[in-house]
Amino acid sequence: MDAGYPGAVILKDVSFEVKRGEIFVLLGGSGCGKSTIMKHMIGLNPVLAGDLTVAGERWTAKNRAALCRKIGVMYQSGALFGSMTCLENVLLPLEEFSGLKRRAREEKARSLLADVELLDAAHKMPSEISGGMRKRVAIARAMALDPEVVFLDEPSAGLDPITSSSLDDLVLRLRSERNMTFIVVSHELPSIFKIADRCAMFDKARRAMIALGTPDGLRNSPGDEFVRRFFNRGEK
Amino acid sequence: MKLFASIGKGWLDGLWAFHDTLAVLGETVCEVLALPFRPRRFRLRDFLVAFQRASFDGLPICIGIGFLLGLILAFESAAALRTFGVETYVADLLAIGLFRELGPLVTAIILAGRSGSAFAAEIGTMKVDEELDALTTMGLPPVRFLVLPRTFAAVFAMPALTIFVELAGLVGGAIVLKMMDVPGAVYWGNVSNTTDVFMIVFSLVKAAFFGLLVGLVGCCAGMRTKSTADGVGVAATAAVVGGIVAVAVSDGIIAVICYFWGV
Repeated sequence: MDAGYPGAVILKDVSFEVKRGEIFVLLGGSGCGKSTIMKHMIGLNPVLAGDLTVAGERWTAKNRAALCRKIGVMYQSGALFGSMTCLENVLLPLEEFSGLKRRAREEKARSLLADVELLDAAHKMPSEISGGMRKRVAIARAMALDPEVVFLDEPSAGLDPITSSSLDDLVLRLRSERNMTFIVVSHELPSIFKIADRCAMFDKARRAMIALGTPDGLRNSPGDEFVRRFFNRGEK
Repeated sequence: MKLFASIGKGWLDGLWAFHDTLAVLGETVCEVLALPFRPRRFRLRDFLVAFQRASFDGLPICIGIGFLLGLILAFESAAALRTFGVETYVADLLAIGLFRELGPLVTAIILAGRSGSAFAAEIGTMKVDEELDALTTMGLPPVRFLVLPRTFAAVFAMPALTIFVELAGLVGGAIVLKMMDVPGAVYWGNVSNTTDVFMIVFSLVKAAFFGLLVGLVGCCAGMRTKSTADGVGVAATAAVVGGIVAVAVSDGIIAVICYFWGV
């Protein structure tokens, strides 16, 4: 597919497939279009050309509602609703779509918060917790409807190394416990090496996907100078 | 050349804003029509919070401005009418002016300044923080979640506030005429003779319509917020300016329609 906005193609001829249960990382330098790709994949922006299939269904305006139940998204800022407590944030998708009774909904929301080790913060407002905690609550909310694919936009951004590492551990644990597919946008190398099964790399200058493979495979790949420099933190 | 370009850009931006407002209005109407079938989808708590902020929190300023409006109108008109010895007609002038025109208009301007800008800033901040995207990807339409409760709050708050503005204006006029030795019984008698149920209902319906405009324009401005440093500020300004313009234009149209219908 071609990715971008009407009148502005950012990436051309992008093509990859993510396997069920895989942690797949979209990576590249700042402004290369990895978040734009994610916006197409979560249905915020229509693709400019080509096809996009998520959880076995092609994204179209008609099946948008059904596809929204199959995906969960954690945004870079967490995007928690500021007027609701953490528990209410997790409850929201359950109230709207789960069909569960009130008590069952609350139990499920509490168990999700326990999964991300934030049950103590259930009644706190998002403004009262740290950035890392907000991202954990956002992950709990993203998983509320047991989606097939969870998208994480820059989970490590703005976090200290210890918090970032614990968030990576959380992603690995959730994948092994729930066998969910994770698609992660990131350019944090330690995080990528820790969690990624495979990654796709994009380059702003060439407006294209330039590499696809495991992190170790890409680091040792002699093929592309940009890829090698990226994985060696800029050194030639 | 730059001047023409900026004028053209201004017009185009205005047209897009109008287009977006119409689109949100259409979505809002669809959601309102669907409400009787799925009443639990209405965000009652958000509505109550927005209603409280728009009505109760805005009551002191509305009463204050209404009172001063009545006071000033009475002073200015009494000075002229006194030369003919008919200052008691100030009561008629105030009653007609406030109930037919100034009450809803001034309240709408206050609402646009207080709540329209607040709606735009709230929704704009949510947009910048990606909360609108989060709603969309959860399959929750932002219009139902954000626009409907706030617009309903504005629609219900406007008539309530308008009544207080009108009453405060009449009290302001009464104080002025008292100072001019016009007995209170005469003043209030004239007010009650001039007003009728239709005039009051007309005033309240007009107020509710202005509330709809202020709410919609405010929410639309918020949803159009750009993710720049001054994005939320620009949206709040657009909400106030757009709300006042929408109210003024529709008030003019209503006045012309009323004139031809003889209302």
